[in-house]
Amino acid sequence: MSKVRVLAGTRKGAFILTSDGKREKWDVSGPHFAGWEMYHLKGSPVDPNRIYASQTSGWFGQIIQRSDDGGKTWHQPGTPPGETTGPGGTPKGESNKFKYDASPETGKPLTTHQWYDGTQHPWEFKRVWHIEPSLTDADTVYAGVEDAALFRSTDGGKNWSELSGLRGHGTGPKWQPGAGGMCLHTIILDPKDPKRVYIAISAAGAFRTDDGGKTWKPINQGLRSQYIPDPTAEIGHCVHHIAMNPSRPGVLFMQKHWDVMRSDDAGDNWREVSGNLPTDFGFVIDVHAHEPETIYVVPIKSDGEHYVHEGKLRVYRSRTGGNEWEPLTKGLPQENCYVNVLRDAMAVDSLDKCGIYFGTTGGQVYASNDAGDSWNPIVRDLPAVLSVEVQTLA
Amino acid sequence: MIRVILPPHLRTLAHVGSEVTLEVAAPITIASILDALEDHYPMLRGTIRDHDTLQRRAFLRFFACEEDWSHEPADKILPETVASGKEPLVVVGAIAGG
Repeated sequence: MSKVRVLAGTRKGAFILTSDGKREKWDVSGPHFAGWEMYHLKGSPVDPNRIYASQTSGWFGQIIQRSDDGGKTWHQPGTPPGETTGPGGTPKGESNKFKYDASPETGKPLTTHQWYDGTQHPWEFKRVWHIEPSLTDADTVYAGVEDAALFRSTDGGKNWSELSGLRGHGTGPKWQPGAGGMCLHTIILDPKDPKRVYIAISAAGAFRTDDGGKTWKPINQGLRSQYIPDPTAEIGHCVHHIAMNPSRPGVLFMQKHWDVMRSDDAGDNWREVSGNLPTDFGFVIDVHAHEPETIYVVPIKSDGEHYVHEGKLRVYRSRTGGNEWEPLTKGLPQENCYVNVLRDAMAVDSLDKCGIYFGTTGGQVYASNDAGDSWNPIVRDLPAVLSVEVQTLA
Repeated sequence: MIRVILPPHLRTLAHVGSEVTLEVAAPITIASILDALEDHYPMLRGTIRDHDTLQRRAFLRFFACEEDWSHEPADKILPETVASGKEPLVVVGAIAGG
């Protein structure tokens, strides 16, 4: 019988929730890495027992953790517990070393981006926001970091190198941090074209490579952001999240700072599909596992009030690929609710019916085992939830 | 033996107790102690000082003999009481944030 494993990253640790395919009763383990900010955990599609985690702290910096047994035990790749250094005292791996590539080989090594006051500011590594394991190799994994850049490891997370063509393509000096920092928070691997990758940065926009990361192009045509000097600029849009159904990798859905958008040509052009949403500000967006025109968002009142609209926690579902939205409220609090749902805190499983999961800044993880028709808190009163991922296990 | 006291989160990370003891060749400085610490516990690389610049992370402080050594040069000789193991080098996480 199928099983489901939910990986929840919170402000003060990680939690792993497991259930059978009915998704009614849940076992909770954790906190793992108690007291640390767990920005993201994600399992390998190739080996579901291989889970990568971003563990971070304002005091102690970045740690990458890896589990090879489905989250029961963890280690830092390259520096397992009990092992010290290799021959000659050299470290066996530096799994937390994210060094920006400034080598001449990159052609245009970038040293600065735009700062809040309009001046140029050096790139400074702060943390890993998002981890994306390869679709074909359990030892290959991508990391989206702040200050915005894309890194890749091909040895199971031991060592990381930057795909510097992204920062080097020319617009980097125009990138600027959003209120949460200048983070690369979305990485989408095209299942049909291994050389195509989509990423998104707050607040620079969306980018795509078609050559495995050597060169990149901004894909922001059609985005309109009134809060920047040129609302239709090539760069500077605060993209919050992008989602894709693997069966249609050229169709993308975006929750921008304001506006819900879709693209039917791999991001070359976008059009707004906010339609009848009560507010089109928000962070999360995801796509039904089996119905590629069914999408989900959680509208947030405004960029000045990061909580749900009218004190009601409502997921909105469109079965038409946008524009026409219905509120989903059964099982969700409909009064006095003022939580947020952050950009990486929604996921879908691949069971039938499709399960939808999201976590709140109030510490609840809600699940629906009927594609959003009804919801239950599968755990509540956790620290603020930063990310939610789900694994469907055979 | 040199004694080092780490903040609780780093003890968890390195799988050690409240105090670490290290053989450190002279001269006994903050830099030489951290070099030895990271050689024995490579998982601590980057958590106390930057990988490349070796600068102290902003929210950590170094204390020895009840004095703040955080802003002293990393290669300044520490007191004999630290070199003899009578007093520990204490790495303290700043009381800040949430």
